Amino acid sequence: MFYRETGVLKTTYAKDMELFPIPLDKAGFVVVMVLAFFVIPLVSSHYMLVSIFIPFLVFSLAALGLNILTGYAGQLSLGHAGFMAVGAYATVVMYNRYDVPIPVALLGSGLITAAVGSVFGLPSLRIKGFYLAVSTLAAQLIIEWVITHVKWISGGVYSTIDIRALEFMGWQIDTAAEKYQFALIFVVIMAFFAKNVVRSRIGRAWMSIRDMDVASEIIGISQFKYKMLAFAVSSFYAGVAGGLLVAFYYGSANIEEFHLLVSFQILGMVIIGGMGSVLGSFLGAGFIVLLPIFINLTISFVNHRIVDLSKVFTLDLIANVENMIFGALIIFFLAVEPFGLARLWNTIKDYLRLWPFPY
Amino acid sequence: MPDGVGRPLLKVNNVYVSFGALQALLGVSLEIYPGEIFAIIGPNGAGKTTLINVISGVYHPSPGEVFFEGKERTFMPPHHVAALGIARTFQNVALFKGMTTLDNLMVGRHLQMRSGLFASGVYWGWGQKEEIAHRKVVEDVIDFLEIEAIRKAPAGMLPYGLQKRVELGRALAAEPKLLLLDEPMAGMNLEEKEDIARFILDANEERGTTICLIEHDMGVVMDISDRILVLDYGRKIAEGAPEEIRSNPEVIKAYLGAHGKK
Amino acid sequence: MSETLLFALELTISGLLVGLMYSLVALGFVLIYKASGVFNFAQGDMTFLAALALASFVVKIPLWISLIVVLAIMLILAMAVERIVLKPLVARPPLVLFMATIGVAFFLQGLAQGIWGTQPRGLELGLADQTYDVAGMFISNMDILGAVVAGILLIALVWFFQKTKTGRALRAVSDDHEAALAVGIPLRKAWGITWAIAGIVAIVAGALWGSRVGVQASLALLALKALPVLIIGGIDSIPGAILGGLIIGAAENLAEGLIGPAVGGGIKNFFPYLLALIVLAVRPYGLFGREIIERV
Repeated sequence: MFYRETGVLKTTYAKDMELFPIPLDKAGFVVVMVLAFFVIPLVSSHYMLVSIFIPFLVFSLAALGLNILTGYAGQLSLGHAGFMAVGAYATVVMYNRYDVPIPVALLGSGLITAAVGSVFGLPSLRIKGFYLAVSTLAAQLIIEWVITHVKWISGGVYSTIDIRALEFMGWQIDTAAEKYQFALIFVVIMAFFAKNVVRSRIGRAWMSIRDMDVASEIIGISQFKYKMLAFAVSSFYAGVAGGLLVAFYYGSANIEEFHLLVSFQILGMVIIGGMGSVLGSFLGAGFIVLLPIFINLTISFVNHRIVDLSKVFTLDLIANVENMIFGALIIFFLAVEPFGLARLWNTIKDYLRLWPFPY
Repeated sequence: MPDGVGRPLLKVNNVYVSFGALQALLGVSLEIYPGEIFAIIGPNGAGKTTLINVISGVYHPSPGEVFFEGKERTFMPPHHVAALGIARTFQNVALFKGMTTLDNLMVGRHLQMRSGLFASGVYWGWGQKEEIAHRKVVEDVIDFLEIEAIRKAPAGMLPYGLQKRVELGRALAAEPKLLLLDEPMAGMNLEEKEDIARFILDANEERGTTICLIEHDMGVVMDISDRILVLDYGRKIAEGAPEEIRSNPEVIKAYLGAHGKK
Repeated sequence: MSETLLFALELTISGLLVGLMYSLVALGFVLIYKASGVFNFAQGDMTFLAALALASFVVKIPLWISLIVVLAIMLILAMAVERIVLKPLVARPPLVLFMATIGVAFFLQGLAQGIWGTQPRGLELGLADQTYDVAGMFISNMDILGAVVAGILLIALVWFFQKTKTGRALRAVSDDHEAALAVGIPLRKAWGITWAIAGIVAIVAGALWGSRVGVQASLALLALKALPVLIIGGIDSIPGAILGGLIIGAAENLAEGLIGPAVGGGIKNFFPYLLALIVLAVRPYGLFGREIIERV
């Protein structure tokens, strides 16, 4: 009953346009940040940090990148894993060979990826929808080929380079908790930046292209400029995410980790989390990161407590249930809740806002 | 309002447009003067929307010329035309359906704003000030059109009549020198039509916007327009003040002919 | 004939035969696109599912019974997709439908491997692999069989769409949904039939592909080659799909054979896409596709 506002009480536009217009939201956000920065690294096990929290953060950033392109600007990309690969290798090359400080290497990788992404975004001026999907698929395959075949980038047949020990201005980033915190700083800053962009002039231009390109052009929005900008920003996020993935999660750049399937997974995160929602990118990434863990837990729970599944179903079926659930979830969310988990979250908030007197 | 006085704001000179074998416009010329309400009428398929599309840069004529404020701009792409100060609405509502009313109007301010990626992303200091300043302009338009209550509603969820009004607001938010309205009252009931007519007149008088509109309702057109141009089968058959048009035999024939065929 | 020229000719012919397979998969895409405006990303996984089902049945029961069973499976699948995926998404933007078919693709891959296993399988159609020496070039009888079957299927489809009542009705649907409704063609039935035909195309493609390269999940990825075929041929053109497939098949083989050795090989994977990008730059709606003029 405290989570509410009574009518429109904002007296200035500045107040009305704040990120968290409801006081409790602001407080809630501060609590979440304190938890994320200090409590989680303290109380979480190594396993939790390494296999849940760090991948969650990194994939949130990747999903956010794709969401900017697909959810806000309405342009599809099936090549985001390829863009992440560009960032990943760029980070390793810069950090390993040229001693570029890791934050600079990450941002630099973002810029390089932005340039690459823009090149493959060029056809978006003339083509739409699945035609664009083919162009971005081309990006994925061409990037994979270039990375594996240019020895200067990938360093050999297996296209795997380990990143050397992480260090920044004397700080040895070697524990899981430190890596998590470092990644978190990047993700929080970039999420805020994205949120601000999408709620102001640039973001509105993108959404206008998504909703009705003809009208948007006639209002004076250059389709070329803003589509290119969307590709650049989106690829920048993918590139930094790729760099983070290598530096703080895998520890080495390996092209196998940036397969086409990863592109689809990121798209799934965006669809399930909510297209056109910054929060949704995080919810979707969390969901997809947790999904296999949840499925395994459920299977082992059922196996031990209820019935031995291998007697009822074949092992193949159990092994493939994840793909089926992933596919089914994409269809379910598109059909039933096109704004994804973010909309469900807002529905709960709206309910709480009025509780306990919903009239 | 001035009639043929001073320099024209917009001049369309001997414009032809064809789609394959279909001749949509055949040598149409017109001049619109600052401060007037100029109406384009004609039976269905006469080429009215095509003419608006030529003016706003969606189609490019061949041959033919378009001048705005004395400068030629025949082959400009639409987003450059908008930058000259021409805004428009569409026959079939073309709102950004996933965005709120407020955001739709804010998109209308796009060209008046300057924030780039970094000013937007940091949203601190200058970028924020700009957002707030333009929010004020947009709120004035919201007041003017009496759509305060739907400020934060997604445009796609609004009833048709309100969508038309929001679209008008989006065009007005750009504070254009010339406002093109393609059937702003189509599909509305009498009351809604009166509202829109009032908004058009007020925009013209209070905001000094020059208006060029297409409309089928003859009563409204005769009431609010300073001058009228009549198209039939892509040709201009008459141009002049409402009284002249009403009594023009060519116009009567075109309309009776068109209706007679049904 | 000079050595290089003969080599190039051999590359071209074997490429054309592979290209015919691409044409078959691409044909499935085109059929569904024409009738429902949906770009069916799951066509590759439908092909994989059909091939895997056939491969696992054919070792137990005769080929013709296996084919009937797989046909039944594909028909049920078409009905299920219509009911579960298309119906709730009717009137949504094409992008959403496209993404939904990505969901279908994942589901089908999981389902196929869940039922019939993840191990790669061979697919024996009871035909011994033989190669013939034709004017100094080697051509396998599997390739010839593939070409003949694909040819027959194409003729059958053209006949179906041109001559039969149902086929003409489907074409009407593809031209104008509303008009089709107005003359009494139920849209959903038309979609169901189209997906069923696409399923049959998937069986033929799956059987031929599977017998050539074996049946495994990468078959679905191989089917992604159909995408550049569509770009080159134009997404709404049946002759475009066929010619596009042939062009891609020959071009990628030539590129791999002639340019590949100089750059370290492996360019076959992306060369068709590169070609598609070039076509996109010149003719965004493909060589045979219809240009869409947007009305304002």
